Amino acid sequence: MSTAPRLTALDALHRSLGATMTDFAGWDMPLRYASERDEHNAVRTRAGLFDLSHMGEITVTGPAAAAFLNFALVGNIGTVAVGRARYTMICAEDGGIMDDLIVYRLGETEYMVVANAGNAQIVLDALTARAEGFDAEVRDDRDAYALLAVQGPESPAILAAVTDADLDGLKYYAGLPGTVAGVPALIARTGYTGEDGFELFVAPEHAEQLWRALTEAGASHGLIPCGLSCRDTLRLEAGMPLYGHELTTALTPFDAGLGRVVKFEKEGDFVGRKALEAAAGHAETAPPRKLVGLVAEGRRVPRAGFSVTAGGEVIGEVTSGAPSPTLGKPIAMAYVDAAHATPGTAGIAVDIRGSHEPYEVVALPFYKRQK
Amino acid sequence: MSNPQQLRYSKEHEWLSAVEDGVATIGITEFAANALGDVVYADLPKVGDTVTAGETCGELESTKSVSDLYSPVTGEVTEANQDVVDDPSLVNSAPFEGGWLFKVRVAEEPKDLLSADEYTEFSGN
Repeated sequence: MSTAPRLTALDALHRSLGATMTDFAGWDMPLRYASERDEHNAVRTRAGLFDLSHMGEITVTGPAAAAFLNFALVGNIGTVAVGRARYTMICAEDGGIMDDLIVYRLGETEYMVVANAGNAQIVLDALTARAEGFDAEVRDDRDAYALLAVQGPESPAILAAVTDADLDGLKYYAGLPGTVAGVPALIARTGYTGEDGFELFVAPEHAEQLWRALTEAGASHGLIPCGLSCRDTLRLEAGMPLYGHELTTALTPFDAGLGRVVKFEKEGDFVGRKALEAAAGHAETAPPRKLVGLVAEGRRVPRAGFSVTAGGEVIGEVTSGAPSPTLGKPIAMAYVDAAHATPGTAGIAVDIRGSHEPYEVVALPFYKRQK
Repeated sequence: MSNPQQLRYSKEHEWLSAVEDGVATIGITEFAANALGDVVYADLPKVGDTVTAGETCGELESTKSVSDLYSPVTGEVTEANQDVVDDPSLVNSAPFEGGWLFKVRVAEEPKDLLSADEYTEFSGN
């Protein structure tokens, strides 16, 4: 299937800024504006501004909204308070991960589910099917929102300059409706960079006004526009999984080391419960491959799909790899056999186009911000 | 962006300096450097290696990808730029100057190298 890529509300603005664009999950998105390393470092030390309008918003409303989401997703959505958010997953009947999600509780009976761009239709279809029999409505709101993110240590000061909302009272993984730069927005303290930051859901027609106001407010704080390239290295350093890389339908949350998101203790049945109970037991007794961090001793960069070896034998596979601007070395996440998964394990290599480059197994994340 | 007039260019986006005492300097163009993004690793041919026009002789690795390096001419490598090996970002910051890659004692050069104007038209930049 070949269709023209979708454009965000900020497309013309990105082009006027000289962005290098890339196709991502059917969207034409900024890859970088200038140097991706500078963009990465800006988010780590000052602030960066992202257009994330490709993310897929799905609204769930109705008296049984919470009960429905508890059935459809693996997390305990019923315990999420109004104004808070939860990282969770949607799994298939066999326990395979269909997507990882953030669910925001916007009101007593209103939730917003944010899916990855590449999975948004799959998630929408699954939620719609699973809603049968529940007094809840699933609404496709992908076109209702543009999503801008301000990430980095300076982001609270920048956002405070353009909103009266109580940012100090807004905790990590919380969201509140407010006005930013004169436009109505859902202000969420979430992100995918390992830094403090905010995600702002606004109507597409307000996106440009908000972008310009944030750019202006951020100028004296060193804020620069940032593309998806640095978003990937930021999340990799922070040890955050990316769907299609660390998470796939072939893996359960337990395989991915994220079994904690599955809440067996919640009320009622949920899709995948039986398979996930088995997967949890299996992970206890006979752990499958484990997700680990790898740090290079050399300078060649591992990429997704490259083999991890020990003593000439393949013992795993790289799922994400990049040069880490913060560490100054190539890093990777990889699934490796449990026998080789202990941090400090020696004698590990990555097969980089036939050359076995030495790597060290380390605990994730590679980077954790100082609070 | 402007491509220096005194250089010649290949369709693989390498540039070649004027030949002096039989030796030419080779690098990649600013267009190519921008397309790659931040170069983080340069695997350059070694002194004494024979490189062949249009064939790979090394690789440049950037944040998002790895690209083969082609030689625009045939000959023997007389020098590789150690500054670029130590600091690959020179390829981005000064592709036509400090970011040169290697020097070759030219044995043979293809007839289809482009002038600056031809390359500008070819690359659209």
